Formats: sequence, structure tokens, C-alpha cells
Amino acid sequence: MSPAGGQERGSLKVFIGMAAGVGKTFRMLQEGHAELAAGRDVVIGLLETHGRADTAKAAEGLESVALSGIVYRGAAMKEMDTAAIIARAPQLCLIDELAHSNVPGSDRAKRYEDVEEVLAAGIDVLSTLNVQHLESLNDHITELSGVRVRETIPDAILGRAEEVVLIDLTPEALLDRLRAGKIYPAERIDAALNNFFRIENLSALREVALRQVAEEVGAKRLTTELVGSREESFASEAPQAVGERLLALVEPDPRAQRLVRRAWRSAQRLGADLDLLWVRPPGRTLSVDQERSLAALGQLASVLGARLIEEESDDEAAMIKDVAERRGTTYILIGHERPPRGLGRLKVPLPQRLMELLPGVDVRIVADRSRRGNGDAP
Amino acid sequence: MIAAAGMLLGIGAGYWLPPHGRLARRDRPRPVRRILLPFSGQQISRRSFEAAVRLAKAEDATIMPAFLARVPMNLPLESALPVQCARGMPLLEAIEQRASAQGVSVDSRVGRGRSARDALRKLIEAEPFDRIIVSADEDPRAGLSYEDLRWLLERVPAEILILRPAPEDDRRISAGAVSGHF
Repeated sequence: MSPAGGQERGSLKVFIGMAAGVGKTFRMLQEGHAELAAGRDVVIGLLETHGRADTAKAAEGLESVALSGIVYRGAAMKEMDTAAIIARAPQLCLIDELAHSNVPGSDRAKRYEDVEEVLAAGIDVLSTLNVQHLESLNDHITELSGVRVRETIPDAILGRAEEVVLIDLTPEALLDRLRAGKIYPAERIDAALNNFFRIENLSALREVALRQVAEEVGAKRLTTELVGSREESFASEAPQAVGERLLALVEPDPRAQRLVRRAWRSAQRLGADLDLLWVRPPGRTLSVDQERSLAALGQLASVLGARLIEEESDDEAAMIKDVAERRGTTYILIGHERPPRGLGRLKVPLPQRLMELLPGVDVRIVADRSRRGNGDAP
Repeated sequence: MIAAAGMLLGIGAGYWLPPHGRLARRDRPRPVRRILLPFSGQQISRRSFEAAVRLAKAEDATIMPAFLARVPMNLPLESALPVQCARGMPLLEAIEQRASAQGVSVDSRVGRGRSARDALRKLIEAEPFDRIIVSADEDPRAGLSYEDLRWLLERVPAEILILRPAPEDDRRISAGAVSGHF
């Protein structure tokens, strides 16, 4: 963990659960106490006790940064004072309910934005989140539970957390806690039992939470495994390349999408891997449309399971040769090129140069099917 | 010689000056440039496709057919989805071929999310477009549900063209429409 006040970003640890009442805040406070006992400077930036005596008691002994007052529509409201936390510069700050929307008029609209500020100041943060607040799961959980949650956070926020801890509880145990008045006051218990806190809802939410955390763990493991320079990546993969490997030459142009689709179909039939290569002329700047095309190519490559490689060189054929050799390419696919103009007519066409440079590699020019007559197909 | 030069000057001025020339075009309102045609199933309504082509021709716009892939819950959001792509890519190809053959420019996209709506939301956040065309159809194979359409109307800041159900909705474009080997 990083020291407070330094340039290094603080680390984020999120306690995630299937619903209110599973014990996320309690666990966060327990961890805060453990860190305090270990000698770290710990404060509470914001705590939502929801009137729960157990939670308030668990916070005893931890310093709290005073909240700031905001008047909204004539009512005095309280919000977390991010500036005061940064000025206090603790090593660790506990900030409850990451998905909370701040009162209008606050410096930032969402609490996760405040948390980003605290992290940027080099302060480590512990926070809590219910799984239904994740943006990508919001629709799915609405379908499961029939209850739409309005406060959402982008998945990337959770993706950036160094640690995600699932606070798990069986639905039966959670319902017992609810009935015992440990989650909501007595007057809200019946309504909760009849709406969100139904056993089928909680079971589905628990499954979603378990999968989400498994996914986070899997993604982090993959990221760790893939760390390393591109050259190392190439070196480690090339010897494993057995059979066919296709390389499609693309440009940031809408027509490249079609070439990629055709190359992918060919790769599927051959049981081969597919790489996409764009050789960028040195110093070339892209227009907005070209930037979009390049991003769309990256997205297409990712969905198809292909790899988009971008290399800079003023000798396109030499760079293609270089990449093809490193990747163990057996097929190169090229789209239909525009007819050369001016002095370009004197140059040897790219397919011909590639056949000379890469004698063991097949070079295929992919036709533009839209130029064929198109019958009234079904 | 002078007469020929005068004629050339006249032709040039006629081209540049209003009401038909470039200056006039510059002053006209910006036309709709990108028409999104999202789908998540294995086929799309031919009426929506034809509407997109008609509008694109009339407004000199680009059609953006977008395949919305759904990432199963047990997979990371960034997963490759070859099984769904095996269904979606041929349909994208068919749409692109048909639109290109009618002289309309096409710029395809692929969206990915936990649901079709999630994929569409991400796509909309990443890409500007001026109009979206969908057909009202609760057939899940065809794409977006009524609930999704309501969400579109509430949340998407663009012109949305929803085609009401019609008897000819059984006319669809599917992967079978791909011309030649794919």
C-alpha cells in the first residue's frame, strides 16, 4: 500500500455483496480496526449505518472525518467531505456505498468520483458495493428481481480495484437477519420481505455476485499472466504455433471490417488463429473517422478472439514480413487495393512483394463481394 | 479565346455560387450521417433494412449495422464469442453486401454486453450516430424486445425510428442472403 501524500495512486479494496444487510460495512469496519491495530493511520470518510446499532458500535474507536453540509431545496443535507479527507491525508480511508449519488450541488455527482480523487491523492480506500449497482448487470438484475436500481457505477471502477472481496451469506440467513430487525427498522420489514428480499431474488442475486467476483478474479489472473513486453509475448507464442495462422492486413477504414470477417471465417474453417496487422506510416495522424474505425476494428478483433497488432514503419512489406515471421503466419489476407496513382504505378504491388519476401506463405487477395451482382437472395 | 475564357469563368461561378453550388451546400443543415441498425438475432426485418437504405440514400448517410453479442454470465466481459459470431458475422456480411450493392456506404460494428441492451448502451456511448432504426418485434430471434424499445426511447438522445409490426414482417434478411462463399 502506498504512503499518504505521495504521487502514487492509493489502492482500492471493495467489499461486494448480493444485497443490503449481508455485512459488507461491518466487514469493512473490522478491516479498518485491524489496519489501525497494525499501526496504520485509518479514518472513516463516510459511514452509512442505516440506523443499525451493530454497525455504529463497530465504528467506535475509528476517527471520522466530519461531513460537509449542503442545502438542497431548503433542506440541510450531509455529504462526504472529500477535500477534508485529502487535507487530513490518512493512509487508509473507509468510504461506504461506492455507488451513492451525491446531493445535487456537490462537487462531484457520484461517490465513486470522490473515491477516485481520494485514491489519486495516494490514500488507500476500503469501500462497499451491492452487485446490482454494477452498470452491466443492472438490466439483468432488474429482470431477475423486478426492481430497478437507479444508482449504478461503471464496471471499470470495480475493474480498477486491486482487491474485490465477496461478502457471502445464504439467502436464508439474510432473511433471518431481516426478520430480526438487523437490516431495516420494524416498519420496513414487511415491505422488504414482499419486494426485494424474496428467497428467489436473493438466490439469483447471490449467484450473480459469486460469478461477478469469479470473473474479476479470472480477469486479474489473465492480466497478470499477460504482463510482459510484446516481444516476449511473440517469443513465447511463436514456437507453439502449429498448423495454420492467418494474418489479415487492415487499415482504419470501414472496408477492413469485411476483410476481417472473411479472414475470421477462413480461420474458423482451418482451425487457425487470426492476427490483424496495421502498418502505420510514421508520423501519420488519424482523422476522427479513422480513429473510430480503428477502435471498431479493435472491438471486432476482441469479440472474434483475434489479435490486432499495430506497427509503425515506412516499409510496409518489410514490416509485414517481420511480423509474419515472428507470428508463424502461414496465410496472409489482403483486401482489394485502390489502383495506384502517379509514381505509385512504378512500385511493385504489395502482394507480389510479399510473395517474394515470404516464399513459404500463401497470399490471398480477398474480393469485395459487394461489387458482384446481388440477386434477390432470401 | 476571350469568349472561351469567359465561358469557363461562368461555369466555375455557376458551380461555386448558390443556389446549386458548394457555397449553398455549406449553408445547408448538416445531414444525418450515421444510421444505426442494431440486431442481436440471426435475422433482421427486411422492412427495417429497407428503411435504413432508403433513408441513407435520401440523406447521403452511412448505415451502421451493429451486431449485439451477449456475454454469458460465466464469462468475463471481454471474452471472445466465437459461437455467437458464427451467427452474427454472416448476417453482418449479408447486410453489408446488400446495402453496398445499392450504393449505400456501410460501416459495421460489433457491440458486446451482458444483454443486448447493455451491448447497445456501450456502443452508443462509444459511437456517435444520428438515427437508429429498429422494428417493434417481440421475437427474441429478431433482436430487441418491447422493453428494450421503451428504454431506447427514454434513454437514447437521437432520432429513433421504430417500425410498427406489419404483415410483411416475416420477410427477413438472414445469413442465407450472403452472396458467394463466406
